[in-house]
Amino acid sequence: MSIEFLLNGERIEVEAPPMSRLLDVLRRELGLTGTKEGCGEGECGACTVLLEDVPVLSCLLPLVQCEGRRVDTIEGLARSEAGPLIERLVSLGGVQCGACTPGIVVATCALLRQTENPTRAQVAQALAGNLCRCTGYEGIHRAIQALAEP
Amino acid sequence: MHVLRPRSLHAALEDLASDARLRPMAGCTDFMVPGAATGADSDGILDLSLLSELRGIRWNDDWLEIGALTTFAEIAASNFVQEHFSALVEAARQVGGWQIQTRATLGGNIANASPAGDSLPVLLALDAELELSAAGGVRRIPYERFHVGYRETALGAGELITRIRLPRPAPNVHQSFRKVGTREAQAISKLSVALCARVDDGIVRDYRLAAGSLGPTPIRLREVERAVVGRTANSETADRAAEIATHQIHPIDDVRSSASYRRWAFARIVRRMTLDAYASSLQG
Ligand SMILES: Cc1cc2nc3c(=O)[nH]c(=O)nc-3n(C[C@H](O)[C@H](O)[C@H](O)COP(=O)(O)OP(=O)(O)OC[C@H]3O[C@@H](n4cnc5c(N)ncnc54)[C@H](O)[C@@H]3O)c2cc1C
Ligand code: FES
Ligand code: FES
Repeated sequence: MSIEFLLNGERIEVEAPPMSRLLDVLRRELGLTGTKEGCGEGECGACTVLLEDVPVLSCLLPLVQCEGRRVDTIEGLARSEAGPLIERLVSLGGVQCGACTPGIVVATCALLRQTENPTRAQVAQALAGNLCRCTGYEGIHRAIQALAEP
Repeated sequence: MHVLRPRSLHAALEDLASDARLRPMAGCTDFMVPGAATGADSDGILDLSLLSELRGIRWNDDWLEIGALTTFAEIAASNFVQEHFSALVEAARQVGGWQIQTRATLGGNIANASPAGDSLPVLLALDAELELSAAGGVRRIPYERFHVGYRETALGAGELITRIRLPRPAPNVHQSFRKVGTREAQAISKLSVALCARVDDGIVRDYRLAAGSLGPTPIRLREVERAVVGRTANSETADRAAEIATHQIHPIDDVRSSASYRRWAFARIVRRMTLDAYASSLQG
């Protein structure tokens, strides 16, 4: 089945079974390997992408539900608004193995679109579905809070 | 495998009428989980996600009507719901993490019928009614009659859950929801409790208590309600509520918790919630 949608600002058409996970289409068909697979069952948040500005899990999103819609992945966001966030995550200890990082960046971008200077509690709530087993989250909070500084 | 994507409820119900084996799918947060009994191994799928008429929240006379496709994120963000149904907002904010809440629908939570579904005890305590639709017509049933056994529901072949209706609560009804999990966010509940109570002049006038994960289905605790309504709101009444409540549940030992912990925690929560309802009536 051929499905058309807007990916990182570009119109694309993919030929794949309708119930394919968007995660597999991104990584295998389109070579966009920035989106990670952690658990494959909705628990870890590593596969987070934006669907019409809203954070969703690409391991639970069938391709068919992307038809005609706008999807943004870490690749698109890294080229645009996520730059300063990624720099701070790297310099302030928010990244160790990096497996969770793309998901954390995408979810944080969604939060920042809604709330310019989120409190620590708002960040914790927004990232409740993003598991990081390395950093203990402190470096991640530090990096996001540092965005408000010049 | 084929996926039908009707654009109107009418078309969706016609599709279901011509092939009752079609599996509905909404936000896919249960449907796409590997190994979930609901999922993608079905012959044909009916995607409900384009049915915008089943999305959204509005007052209709004295009922709040929530479309079955409304997500928990939409419910938690609604000023209406925040103002009149605080317990439902509490539950919505505790379903999974943000990425789950943006996709998970209220109708999916009900249809999936897990005894751990967070919205279920709240809907029981709020006296919800379900609108079920089929090509042949629409019927309404009290939500309390929907769950008939472990993951067994009153949904007939060819039927969809289309709306959830909540009666406008009387003024000064105190609502609370409490979920106990292994951590604060994104944990399936060990147990959950919802209470709607009204205390006037120190007397319990209304008391509707429900619980999840304490038996094969979510349950409304009618015995407790009968024992408490009309009594003086004090710690003795709260103790009595907790005592009777523990006899009404059938908790099990499973991977998430033990039956004895569930019983103990449940009694404490019922007692605390009852006292909180009393305290809030004094402030009101
Ligand atoms: C990581 C993770 C965490 C979770 N945490 C929680 C939690 O904390 N609390 C909780 O309660 N749940 C939780 N869930 C479960 C799930 O998110 C909810 O049950 C959700 O509400 C299901 O809605 P959905 O729209 O995604 O349904 P889907 O997955 O699309 O469908 C679920 C089932 O309902 C049927 N269905 C859907 N809509 C209708 C309808 N209108 N009429 C008839 N049948 C219908 C489908 O056929 C299917 O059998 C979690 C899931 C995951 C993956
Ligand atoms: S891979 Fe999607 S949530 Fe873990
Ligand atoms: S940096 Fe390793 S999981 Fe987060």
